[in-house]
Amino acid sequence: MSSEIPGLEPDAVNPAVTEAVPKKASKGKKAAETAPVAEAAPAKKKAAPRKKKVDAAPEPTPEPAQEAAPAAPAARERVQLEPAVPDYSNVDSRIDFYPTHEYLGYRIRAGKPLPFGATLVPNGVNFSVYSAHATACTLVIFDKGDPTPKVEIPFPHEFKIGNVFSMLVFDLDPETLEYGYRMDGPWDPAQGHRFDPSKILCDPYARVISGRDVWGQKPDWDNIYPHRSRLSFDDFDWEDDKQLETPSEDLIVYEMHVRGFTRHGSSGVKFPGTFVGIREKLPYLKKLGVNAIELMPIFEFDEFEHSHTDPETGEIDHLNYWGYSTLGFFAPKAGYAATGKRGMQVDELKALIKACHKMGIEVILDVVFNHTAEGNEQGPTLSLKGLDNQTYYMLTPEGYYFNFSGTGNTINCNHPVVRNMVLDCLRYWVSEYHIDGFRFDLAAILGRAQDGSPLANPPLLESLAHDPILARTKLIAEAWDAGGLYQVGSFPAYGRWGEWNGKFRDTIRKFLKGEAGEVGEMAMRIQGSPDLYSSRGPTASINFITAHDGFTLYDSVSYNEKHNLANGENNNDGANDNNSWNCGAEGETDDPWINALRQRQVKNALAMMLTSQGIPMILMGDEIGRTQHGNNNTYCHDNDLNWMDWGLVEKNKDLLQFVQHVAAFRHRHPVLRNRWHLSGRDYVGSGYPDISFHGERAWSPDWSSESRTLAFMLCGKHARGGTVQDDYIYVAMNMHWEDHAFELPYLAQGLQWHVFANTGAEVTSVEPGDEIWLKDQRTFWMGSRSVAILVGKAPR
Amino acid sequence: MSIDVKVEYRGTDGVITLGGQLDASAAPAFKSAIEDVFNGPEKVGRLVILMQDLEYMASAGLRALVFAKQKAGAGVPIVLVAPQEGVLETIEMTGFHHSVIIEETYA
Repeated sequence: MSSEIPGLEPDAVNPAVTEAVPKKASKGKKAAETAPVAEAAPAKKKAAPRKKKVDAAPEPTPEPAQEAAPAAPAARERVQLEPAVPDYSNVDSRIDFYPTHEYLGYRIRAGKPLPFGATLVPNGVNFSVYSAHATACTLVIFDKGDPTPKVEIPFPHEFKIGNVFSMLVFDLDPETLEYGYRMDGPWDPAQGHRFDPSKILCDPYARVISGRDVWGQKPDWDNIYPHRSRLSFDDFDWEDDKQLETPSEDLIVYEMHVRGFTRHGSSGVKFPGTFVGIREKLPYLKKLGVNAIELMPIFEFDEFEHSHTDPETGEIDHLNYWGYSTLGFFAPKAGYAATGKRGMQVDELKALIKACHKMGIEVILDVVFNHTAEGNEQGPTLSLKGLDNQTYYMLTPEGYYFNFSGTGNTINCNHPVVRNMVLDCLRYWVSEYHIDGFRFDLAAILGRAQDGSPLANPPLLESLAHDPILARTKLIAEAWDAGGLYQVGSFPAYGRWGEWNGKFRDTIRKFLKGEAGEVGEMAMRIQGSPDLYSSRGPTASINFITAHDGFTLYDSVSYNEKHNLANGENNNDGANDNNSWNCGAEGETDDPWINALRQRQVKNALAMMLTSQGIPMILMGDEIGRTQHGNNNTYCHDNDLNWMDWGLVEKNKDLLQFVQHVAAFRHRHPVLRNRWHLSGRDYVGSGYPDISFHGERAWSPDWSSESRTLAFMLCGKHARGGTVQDDYIYVAMNMHWEDHAFELPYLAQGLQWHVFANTGAEVTSVEPGDEIWLKDQRTFWMGSRSVAILVGKAPR
Repeated sequence: MSIDVKVEYRGTDGVITLGGQLDASAAPAFKSAIEDVFNGPEKVGRLVILMQDLEYMASAGLRALVFAKQKAGAGVPIVLVAPQEGVLETIEMTGFHHSVIIEETYA
C-alpha cells in the first residue's frame, strides 16, 4: 500500500526505537552470509539417484557465485527509509515494521510464522510456508505475467522456526506481485520425498492463483510457473451481509455448475458462464423456490488437466470441466469470473454471494479435499508434492500414492498439519466469503487414517463438527469414496453432518420405474430415512434423485443404458447401476405417448422428493427437463452436453411451473419440514398419528412385494413436533402401470380434501392455497404411474 | 499507461476528475488525490469522481475506490459520474455499485 505521503519520522518519544533501527539494519550482513550457504550445503546430500533429470546442483538463486565471505559492506549500508515509499502515518513506529536484512536490494526481516500464506502487513508482505522435510526454501517473486522471476530470495537460516519458513519482504507492490517457492530437500520417493528445486511451487494458502485467468484460453505450455500465487485483499464492502443460517429443514438445494448454468447462448446473460451470470439469473432461482445453491467446485483448478489436443485441428477437447481437481484451496476459479482476466474474481464471487443472501438464497460450496491436481508419481509437481510430499499425501510403504479417490492421489487429511490446512481453508471461506455450507466430495476419505484404514473417530471430521467458526454452517458429506468405503448412515457425523442419501436416490428410482418390492423402502425414505439417521433426524438426509454424477432426471426416464462414447473410453466409464427406464424408447422419440409419460415421470419423481422429510436437492436443469443425451458422466465436456439450454424454459414450461408450485407448496407447509423424525403416533391428541400410511384402502397399505402403490398422510396438528398448526397432507403414489382407486382417510370435523397436484390429470398442479375441492371425499382415482398431493383443510 | 488526475472543490463537493487508464501503476496517484480531498481545508460533503474520460480500470483501481469508500466513511456519499461502459461493468460485476451512487451527469 504505497502512497505519495512521506513517511513520518520514527516516534522520537521512544528512543529505543530510533536507536534500534539502524542497529538492527546493520545486521544485513548476516543475511548475505547465511542465506546462500544455508541452501548450498545440504544440496550435496541428496539421497538416492533421481528418476528425472534435474541439474545436479540446481542454482535457485539467479546471482553469481555464492561465497560464504561477506560481500563488501558498501552493498549493505544502513537501511535508509526513503520518504518515497511506505506510509507509516497510520502505523505504530514499532520495531517489527522495519527491515533488519537486505538481499539484492530487497529489505527483509524474519516473518511471522502464522498465518501461513502471504499476508499484507504494514509496509510489506509476510510470507510463511510449512515443510517438515525441506532443507532450504527460496521465495521466488515475479512481476505479473513475466516469464522469468524478478528476484529469488533464499530464506535466511534464522528465519525458520520449527518447520516453518517465514519472511517479511518490504516494499512489494501487492497489485502486481506473483510469488512461489522453491524447496530443496531429498529426492527419495521410497521414503516419500520428492523435492525438486527446479520447480517453482504454488503456495497452498494462495488466495488468488493466476495463470488460468480466462476459461479455455490456451495456456503457454512452456511457462516455468503456470499456476502462480497472488495476494488478495479483504476489503470487500459486505455492508450488513452475513450468513443466512436458514434452518436445514427449510432448505431446497439446487446443485449447479457455475459455467454450465449460463454459458449456453440461450441464457441471455451479459457474461455467460460466470459468477456474474448467475447473479443475473437469481430471480429465476428465487421463483423456482430454491433457497440454497450448491456450486460444483469453484476452487482454482486447471481445465486443461488431461485435455486432448486434436493434432489435425489443434482443437482442445476433454477439458477438466467439472473441476474436481484442486490446485489451490483458498483461491476462487478465475476462469469463472468475467473479471478474472483483471484479477477481480474475489470481488465478483463475493458480489454473487452477497446478492444471493439478499435474495434469501444460501451458498454451499462443493469442496474437494480428498485429492489434488498433482496426480500420482506421473503427475505434475505443482505445490504440495514439492513442498512436503510425505506430509500431504497418503503413501504406501514403498512410497507410492494410495488412490482412494480414483484420481491418482489421496490427501493425507488426518495428518495434524493437513487437518489444520483444511480447517484454515473452511474458516477462511466462511469468514471472508460468507459461505453458508459445504458439501465434501468423497468424504469417506476424510475418515481414513494415514495408512488408509477407516478411523472410528476421525479427528478431522470431529474438528469440523465442533469448530467455533463453522458452527452454523451446513456440513454435507458424500459418504463414500472410490476405495470402497460406503458410509451412508454410518458416516462419523458427531450429530452435525448431513449426507447425500444415496439410498434415497436408488429407492425413488426403482419405485418410479415400477420395480417390485420397494414399498417398504419408500416408507423409510419418505420419512427422512429413520433407519439410517435415527439419532440425527431427517435433516441428516440430503434427498436427491439426480446429481452431477449420473443421468439427469429427464435422461433417467429416457435411457435404459448410459451413452458415454463422447467421453472417449468406449462407454466403459460412468456408473452402470442407474435404475433408469426409458419409458419405451431409447433416447429422443416423437412418440407422443412416451413423451407424455416421461414428463409425468419427471413430475412424479420431483413430487415424491419435495414431499419427503429431509433436505431435497434438485439438479440444475431437471426442472426444465435438461438432457445430456444419455451421458451419465459428463465431467469433460465444455459444450451442449453440460450447458443448460434455456430454451427449455419455454418448451417445458408446464414442467417448470409444476416444480415451482410443488416447491412453493413445500415452503408453505411446515408439516413437510420437520426437524425430528415422525413417530407414527398421535402425541398431541388430534386423533391422527403424525404420519400414517395408506393404500387402495385407507389405513391399510399394501406392503407386499408385488405392490407398487403407497399413500401417506401427515397430520397438520403435529407439524414441527406439534408446535405449529398446518393442514393435513395426503400424498398418493401409484407407480403401477394400471389405474388404482385410493380410499381416502376420513378427516376431522369441518375439514375436506382438496387437490393440489395430480400428475395424471390434465392440469397437474395449482398455486398453493388455490387447491380444488374434491367432490368425492371417499375415493380418489389414480391414473397409472402418477402422484397426487391432497390437502385436508376447511373448505372456503 | 497514463492517468490524469485533477482535484478541486465545488461547493462542499470534493471533485476528482480521472482520465486515461487506472491500473496498478496509476492507482497511487489516484489514492493520493483521494487523500488530498479529505486532507484539504474544506469539510467534504460528497466525494464526486468524474469518470467520463476514464477508459479502463484494473483491479488496483477498484481497490483505490474501496480505499476512497473507507476514507470517506459512512457519512460522505461517493458519486461516480458518467463511467464508461467497461468501467461501469467492472464496478457492477464486483458489486461495488452497492457502495456508491452512479449518475449520468454531474449535478
